[in-house]
Amino acid sequence: MQIDLRTVSIKPLRNTFDHLVRRFGDKPASRYQEGSYDIQADTNLQYRPSWDPEHELHDAGRTAIVMSDWYALKDPRQFYYGAYTLARARQQEAAEASFTFVESRALLDQMDAATRSRALAVLMPLRHAAWGANMNNTSMCADGYGTLITQPCMYHAMDNLGVAQYLTRLGLLLGDAATLEAGREAWLNDAAWQPLRRLVEKTLVTRDWFELFVAQNFVLDGLLYPLIYGQFVDKHLNAHGGAGVSMLTAFMSEWHDETRRWIDAVLKTAAAESAANQALLSDWTRQWRGRAAEALSPIAQQALGASAAEVLATVEQSFNDRAAKLGLTL
Amino acid sequence: MDMSVKKKLGLKEKYALMTRNLGWEPSYEKREDVYPLLDYEGIKIHDWDTWEDPFRLTMDSYWKYQAEKERKLYAIIDAFNQNNGHLNVTDARYINAMKVFLSAVPALEYNAHRGFARLGRHMGGVGPQVACQMQAIDEMRHCQTQIHSISNYNRFYNGIHDWKHMNDRLWYLSVPKSFFEDACTCGPFEFIIAIGFSFEYVLTNLVFVPFVSGAAYNGDMGTMTFGFSAQSDEARHMTLGLEVIKFMLEQDPANLPIVQKWIDKWTWRGVRLLTIVAMMMDYMLPKRVMSWKEAWEIYFEENGMSLFKDLARYGIKVPDCVEQIKKEKDHLSHQAWTTFYAAAPMTNFHTWIPSDDELDWLSAKYPDTFDKYYRPRFEFFREQAEKGERFVNPNLPQLCQVCQIPMLFTEPDDPTQIAYRQSEHDGEKYHFCSDHCQHIFDNEPEKYVEAWLPVHQILQGNCFAEGDDPSAPDFDPIASVMKYWHLENGRDNGDFAGSEDEKNFAAWRGMTTSNT
Ligand SMILES: [Fe+2]
Ligand SMILES: [Fe+2]
Repeated sequence: MQIDLRTVSIKPLRNTFDHLVRRFGDKPASRYQEGSYDIQADTNLQYRPSWDPEHELHDAGRTAIVMSDWYALKDPRQFYYGAYTLARARQQEAAEASFTFVESRALLDQMDAATRSRALAVLMPLRHAAWGANMNNTSMCADGYGTLITQPCMYHAMDNLGVAQYLTRLGLLLGDAATLEAGREAWLNDAAWQPLRRLVEKTLVTRDWFELFVAQNFVLDGLLYPLIYGQFVDKHLNAHGGAGVSMLTAFMSEWHDETRRWIDAVLKTAAAESAANQALLSDWTRQWRGRAAEALSPIAQQALGASAAEVLATVEQSFNDRAAKLGLTL
Repeated sequence: MDMSVKKKLGLKEKYALMTRNLGWEPSYEKREDVYPLLDYEGIKIHDWDTWEDPFRLTMDSYWKYQAEKERKLYAIIDAFNQNNGHLNVTDARYINAMKVFLSAVPALEYNAHRGFARLGRHMGGVGPQVACQMQAIDEMRHCQTQIHSISNYNRFYNGIHDWKHMNDRLWYLSVPKSFFEDACTCGPFEFIIAIGFSFEYVLTNLVFVPFVSGAAYNGDMGTMTFGFSAQSDEARHMTLGLEVIKFMLEQDPANLPIVQKWIDKWTWRGVRLLTIVAMMMDYMLPKRVMSWKEAWEIYFEENGMSLFKDLARYGIKVPDCVEQIKKEKDHLSHQAWTTFYAAAPMTNFHTWIPSDDELDWLSAKYPDTFDKYYRPRFEFFREQAEKGERFVNPNLPQLCQVCQIPMLFTEPDDPTQIAYRQSEHDGEKYHFCSDHCQHIFDNEPEKYVEAWLPVHQILQGNCFAEGDDPSAPDFDPIASVMKYWHLENGRDNGDFAGSEDEKNFAAWRGMTTSNT
């Protein structure tokens, strides 16, 4: 029975759930807060995981980083599922429009054959690197501690898959299935790509999930995205008739800028927590930066030729500045 | 470039390029180091490439469809909240079903989210990995949309103000908590049989119908909407569950006995968990959708059985426990509700004696058992209440070591006799509600001795409020345990009749339907 209710204002008994009142005071909570804080069980966990009997099901001990409160690692974007999908749906719409536009104006034809094949040679193997990033972020979601950090890792993983799929579409637009196959072949066998593949495989066996966060999201993608999408696509290709490619990878550049805010916030908070965290994060960053710079060097060479070393140095410099701003000492 | 000269790709081919083509065999690291969880359960997979994608959804479409669903859902939740939609429910007793829901279910969805994330990383092929990842992120959605839909009830009604805290502590909530923690601590293959197959595929309708139809029948637009909105996700999850089981069975004949053992175990675990749903359907919805017995007959005995028939060609048999469940369907909800009624001081929702109409409905739906065994109990409860001696069970119940439900179930063939089973392990005795729970324990005693049984923990003194001193002369153990649970005595618990909920609802509804 539907009763027609007069609109009245009723004073609620309480503003929100107690666990949020304890954190934020007695006031209405946001949907991000309701859907994220303290959601993971942290008490009276039952049974030892058969896949990791040394730890409890949810266990802060799966990383060497120590936080007194794991819910300090707030996502500045305040992404809960609804906010996340709405944000990506808007970007997806823009990307769709770009694909249509580029296709209908035959924008990709403005590139000469050499530029086109260079674009494909650089971008296609990166489909696989993005899949590696997806596995790693999925892993961080599984192994991490506290919903505030595990939740955005899952979103990030799905984004990594989205990036791999946008690259796939780009490849199919610019070439065909054989184009993707050539990229795959390069990823598996070309000398220029082996250092990167070796590095990605090394991340896949890195078990400390916070180290993995540093290695994948901060260091590797922190160098790769500015180098590939910032320098190679948006500057170099753009200057050689590749504006179409630049439009098709706009998602990647935008996404990198947006997710960077989250990654930085996490690292800044974790480093500020203790000298031990700061030292560990600095150390991880230093180690992975060395490996990543080495792995990216032959790719930069392939992408940028003579200017590779100089561009890579610029990218590294701004990465170092970024790290310093987060309180890391490299 | 002239697009027409390109070879046209089929959907399947294109989706393969978007997913499985992204993966590669590692050569710098060993495959078993990259995928370390694939061998230890004994499941043999020879060729991950033969995996058939149960659905084909690229991320751009996923974002688009899901965002559309989210937009609609939150618009309805917002409108429902703004218009005080909670006053439109049939009667305020209904809200207690939502309290049980919020106390138990979002935490399950959350663990499903984390469990599927683990599989999304650790399955041995991109196809199943991507499918599991999508389920992982969907389950986060379910967890959050449930919290968001029900959060408004918390602002106006008691019992769920600290749902997450209670979920990890309150006695009856250890039943769902242990169920999912059990599944999540299993290996990846058992997890997906437990959750993806037994729970999502075999039992999901038995959860969906009562809650979602129950919400619709009882005027709860918010809950109804999130339920319907989740349904298209569930459809994907069900096809994944089915594909996984077929895949495992097709890969190697040696997988059959392992899979069968898991199906048997998790069907029983799932059905035991549904006890609370049975009770909700028959007792807590002011306007009934159908009886538990009817739901069981339609969704399990008919639909579920045809699924098992389908799997018979792989050698899968109907789990033995089904025979017992058939016998229990006439008793389950009544035994559960009388137990909760008698434990009213210790629960975070209200209980009541069914009205005369409702008792008659129960008699009609359960002609063989209700009048004979259960109506007299309610009549007794009513007499006691009228005398001012409301019946309460003064004892802490013994819990089953496996399902963690109090010993409330009767012998399958004798509804006057509570069933007790017992096993010994390492010189300790363990108790069970049934042959099937005992059997599960006997197969993996090392796992189930680690159970966190709330009653044992209380008796061992592990559930007193921080700062309370059990040796103090005025120490009140029950009060201290309630404090540990964050249960507000006199507001959250006890009878619906006379509760703050009842009074407030009546007063507020009065305001909205009168003109003054
Ligand atoms: Fe779900
Ligand atoms: Fe049991």
